Amino acid sequence: MTRFYNFMLYLFSGLCGLLLVGSAFTLVGFLLWQGASIMGLKLIFGTLDMSEIIDVIFWQRIVIDGLWPAMVGTFFLVFMALSTALPLGLGAGIYLAEYAGGRTKTFFSIVFDLLAGVPSIVIGLFGFSLTLYLHRYFPGLRPCLLISGLALALLILPYLVRTTQTALEELPDSLRLTAAALGAEKSAVIISVLLPQALPGIFSGIVLAIGRAAEDTAVIMLTGVVASAGIPRSLFDNYEALPFYIYYTASQFSDQYELQQGFGAALVLLVICILLFTGAGLIRKKATLRLLYQHRHP
Amino acid sequence: MTAACVFVTLGILVFMLVLGLPLLTPDSLHLIFASEWAPDRGLFGVLPFIYGTLAIVSLSLLFAVPLSLGNAVLIHLLLPPAAAGLLHRLIKMMTGIPTVIYGFVGIFLLVPFIREWFGSGSGMSILSAGLLLALLISPTMILIFVESFAAVPAGHIRALTALGGSLRQRLFYLLLPGARNGIMTGIILGIGRALGDTMIALMVAGNATARPESILDPVRTLTAQIALVMAADFDSIEFKTIFVCGILLYMWAAVLTLTLRFLNHGSVKSGFRGVLS
Repeated sequence: MTRFYNFMLYLFSGLCGLLLVGSAFTLVGFLLWQGASIMGLKLIFGTLDMSEIIDVIFWQRIVIDGLWPAMVGTFFLVFMALSTALPLGLGAGIYLAEYAGGRTKTFFSIVFDLLAGVPSIVIGLFGFSLTLYLHRYFPGLRPCLLISGLALALLILPYLVRTTQTALEELPDSLRLTAAALGAEKSAVIISVLLPQALPGIFSGIVLAIGRAAEDTAVIMLTGVVASAGIPRSLFDNYEALPFYIYYTASQFSDQYELQQGFGAALVLLVICILLFTGAGLIRKKATLRLLYQHRHP
Repeated sequence: MTAACVFVTLGILVFMLVLGLPLLTPDSLHLIFASEWAPDRGLFGVLPFIYGTLAIVSLSLLFAVPLSLGNAVLIHLLLPPAAAGLLHRLIKMMTGIPTVIYGFVGIFLLVPFIREWFGSGSGMSILSAGLLLALLISPTMILIFVESFAAVPAGHIRALTALGGSLRQRLFYLLLPGARNGIMTGIILGIGRALGDTMIALMVAGNATARPESILDPVRTLTAQIALVMAADFDSIEFKTIFVCGILLYMWAAVLTLTLRFLNHGSVKSGFRGVLS
């Protein structure tokens, strides 16, 4: 009987494993099968030749039928979201790990948990209603790159807070005590002892946040992304982005080549995101190794 | 700085309430929770979208929970360490796949398949969205399940093995009861993720406003409704109802988050770290 039960257990779990791994490989395989043939400079820059591509990179020429504007848009988005959320996230994370205690800490933790749980479309809706509200005071304001960047910052903020907090809290107390015993003030301990030690953990959080900002579609859909805008000329301009390009192509493609471009874009985004996630994992692993090493040779 | 963050979080809810509140009078509540959405006939009920959301989320859980448990058992209990490590790493990588890519592949691979297989409708259905969502939420759930299996004291496992316990007994009498909180945490995080997802539902669920009669019927979720109505006139009731959808989603997410905290006795980390690492 035991043998029968064990067999059933192996059978069920094995089938689950095959199903999951099979689906993952089918997904990636299908994208590769459909999109690999279009990979190349033509996908990104359209029909331009080499010297024209250099012009494009130096902002001298626009790309008509390539992914370049969408890639630049996504880059701007990530950059804006990160430059807004990073100081806030680091500050809040340090405060929660090193200063806050008791009720204050619990309260702020609950708030960040709530923020982390808010669906991204609701954050997008918030960004949109913020635009509506500001529109009364700044009549020219429409949904734009600035609003999207701020909304995305809100989306990745809890990740940054939490990874900073965790990275600091995982450091051994002996570090804090030794530094304090040597006469360092608390701010000096944090800046020159704790933060450098926590840097790998914080950095892997940043990488994850970049991935989250790059892949999100729901937020930007409500806050100013459009199908064809070219490179945005200012913060108050509409823009294109890779994930929206993929969504838009899926429903609006008019010929086989556009569909193929959609597959190409999906493949590009997939590679970027997987690389970011793997990178974050590697950084974390390296950080752990370093900590282990320090424990062995105090 | 922290105060700013808190301000912003509460700000979201306040904004939703301010913009949605004019609708929350008894008269219009009656209108909004009516059972039909037909703006041309003056009917603005969001109930069909609540049904749609619940249908898709529960179907995806129905697939994802056994699938995730099976995989977690495989990693923790059955596979040799090298293979388990490989599967674990693959599953971690899966958490990095963007949702819009699930939607994209869903449209061009799963939807035609379901259309051919069942031979009716467009293939855009509760079933398609449920299957894809299951694939989206499983990796996170598996990682948390595995983590909570690993937290079951090794001494208990050794004692059970010494008494001649079988794999099945180890699973059902030690691991599953011991990891109950972790399993609940994983499932709740999965529900939250499935509830809040926009792209998969928007792309493969078909967005029909009628109430579905089978899992092969298309539906529209609350999230998709928000995404779809954006283009409408800003002063219309139609437009204002999306704030009701927003408030509903916000409140459901908040309830799930608070339940999570309650489960983990205020230790913030366990749930969150499982997702991040």
